[in-house]
Amino acid sequence: MSARILVVWCPDWSVTAALMERAETGAPVERGAPAAVLSANRVVVCNGPARAEGVRRGQRRRDAQARCPDLLLLAAGPERDARWFEDVLIAVEEVRPGVSPIRPGLLAVPAPGRYHGGEEAAAALLAEELVGAGVWDCRFGIADDLFAAERAARAADAQGCVVVPRGASAQFVGDLPITVLADDGPDGQRLADLLHRLGLNRLREFAAFGAGEVSNRFGSYGVEIQRRVRGSTTRLAGPRTPPPELACEIGFEPALDSAEAVTFSVRTTAERFVAVLADRQLVATAVRIEAEFEDLAPDGRGISARTWLHPGCFTSRDLVDRVHWQLQAGTPGSGLRSRKEAGAVTAPITRVRFVPDTVEAAGDHADGLWGGGAEEQVLRGVARVQAMVGYDAVRVPVLQGGRGAGDRQAWVAWGERPTDLRPTDPPWPGRIPGPAPTRVFATPLRAEVVDERGRGVTVTERGVVTGAPYRCRAGFPGRSGWWAIAAWAGPWPVDEGWWHAEGAPGRSARFQVVGTDGSAWLLCWRESGWEVEAEYE
Amino acid sequence: MSVRPLEIDDRRAVLDQLRGRIDALQGGPSRLSVPVPSVLEGLARLRTGGVYAVDSASLAMVLASGASAAGDWVGFVGWDDFGVEAAAQLGIALGRTVLVPTPGEHWLEVVAALVDVLRIVVLRPAGRIDPRSASVVQARLRSRDAVLLVHGERGTQGAWPQADATFSATEVAWDGVGRGSGRLHGQRARVVVREVGRPNSREIVLPYAAR
Repeated sequence: MSARILVVWCPDWSVTAALMERAETGAPVERGAPAAVLSANRVVVCNGPARAEGVRRGQRRRDAQARCPDLLLLAAGPERDARWFEDVLIAVEEVRPGVSPIRPGLLAVPAPGRYHGGEEAAAALLAEELVGAGVWDCRFGIADDLFAAERAARAADAQGCVVVPRGASAQFVGDLPITVLADDGPDGQRLADLLHRLGLNRLREFAAFGAGEVSNRFGSYGVEIQRRVRGSTTRLAGPRTPPPELACEIGFEPALDSAEAVTFSVRTTAERFVAVLADRQLVATAVRIEAEFEDLAPDGRGISARTWLHPGCFTSRDLVDRVHWQLQAGTPGSGLRSRKEAGAVTAPITRVRFVPDTVEAAGDHADGLWGGGAEEQVLRGVARVQAMVGYDAVRVPVLQGGRGAGDRQAWVAWGERPTDLRPTDPPWPGRIPGPAPTRVFATPLRAEVVDERGRGVTVTERGVVTGAPYRCRAGFPGRSGWWAIAAWAGPWPVDEGWWHAEGAPGRSARFQVVGTDGSAWLLCWRESGWEVEAEYE
Repeated sequence: MSVRPLEIDDRRAVLDQLRGRIDALQGGPSRLSVPVPSVLEGLARLRTGGVYAVDSASLAMVLASGASAAGDWVGFVGWDDFGVEAAAQLGIALGRTVLVPTPGEHWLEVVAALVDVLRIVVLRPAGRIDPRSASVVQARLRSRDAVLLVHGERGTQGAWPQADATFSATEVAWDGVGRGSGRLHGQRARVVVREVGRPNSREIVLPYAAR
């Protein structure tokens, strides 16, 4: 007595996965709204509501939108589909081990027989499990072989199950219309078309062909289909080995309300996490730390999650530091930890979890035979400073493109990878050439510039300076009062950001100004007034 | 240990030899000289374990650029207005630069931790430094191969109680700017070095890379 097969099919999985990802990022997602996944401007997959509006696979974006104006368009992402299907695999594995994923959206598992009180009861149990995991549309088919079980699942309703009795697979498959082959992709589509034109309506009629003729005329794909239709093949993909559980967590009972206590308690968990990875010759270079806290709201719990990167690889000590920074981030003045501050957290912490985000082979990060190089020592030393003053307090300076002195630079937190930097290569018309200022003020200082007769200097819309700058005054700490201008250059007019609806910096013009005392400044005129942006010192 | 007679060719060389000999006898690390860029060669000398006061941001960057270009790491502490582009133009390798813009009350610990691993640390203190903290840092510096540059505002005596040498930029002149014409092309300055003994000075053009 051979094992029977249960197939779980989640229709339009790409759409489901894309919507789940959207929901995770916080975008509003309405179940039952038409949605489609597009690749290269054509619909790849669409969901039921979209199909009801006339959207079809292979349609162009424009046509699909014409049929259904409020169609939600989603980008294709095969990795995303596979990633989200992992949750389904785990949910099914909970109930029944030996899951073999066929492709994202489709999996097979040995049918449990009488264990859960019958095959249909088992399918109902799985449906409950999957709906609990957030997958509403899942369909089940049970048959002697994979092909029949898959067809049965496709014949089922949402969360429903179709059972093909033992020995009745050939009968069931034979009754199916030829058009079901179109689900197999382009090959199936061609075969279905051809058989249809030959006057065949049911798969049974295809099974009646001689095997030799099918092989000659339809090739290996035709033979495969015929074997399946005859029920003479029982294909079952090999069951997967569940991936090892690398995440480590620790729960606190009662909840801890001080960051110091939490960091002290997670130390052994962090060591275990690093050790588990080390057993597999791995090190983590990016780790997601999740801290669950008791929400003061009546509905219970909240979670704070953040992915931390490391310039080298994480040691247990680094992880403990990250936990501390993450818990402190909620409190004001997170960048700098005051000595007096007791390290209170916003809410009592009940659980901390380390999830490896990126792991690499330990060999790539090992110390050299004669100890670490200078680089390693610097990484360790700077990590110590970070542990002292906070994650954000240690920076790496980088250049970026821009026009103002402040726009042309960025300070990236030590350990982060710089992202969203403007490229430096294209010319930035309006930027100041020559030596750059050595002191760039984070917040420009308000200033006043007047000409010889004491009238305020401005710049007209055409970039004309209304008077020669003669004296200047700005709120420098320890240097107030007017100072005379010996030489000046400019203006470098810029009209930036008008394409943004609001918060546009608007029209501005920069000047290099040299004082009689030998100081040199970068001044910026804006419609709101003069500012000192930077100093050449 | 036999004492060979010293070859007396120059007073300074003699002093250097004697210092090296004392260091060797004390068992401490010998004071290595840290490279300085070519414009300051023969004028300014940096030795590991030393504290030097600087009164100009660009001069501080130039002093740090020698070690940075030679492959060492440098750090800037307390520079909440660090001009990244100027640093790059003056020859500092940004990939080997650590910036702690606002160390706040932790400046002493930050400097002490950074001198362990960096070659040059440029500190801009928030106020005057008390002699006790200064001696803590100096003791630390002596046991490491690092240099501390202390940047203070021009005209002030310098926040550090007793620096090994003071570098100041005087007679700063800016080239290329007219009255409403031209643009800044370069910076010239007379760099005055006050060490033990006679002050030494030379006029230099700050080596902003042509862009």
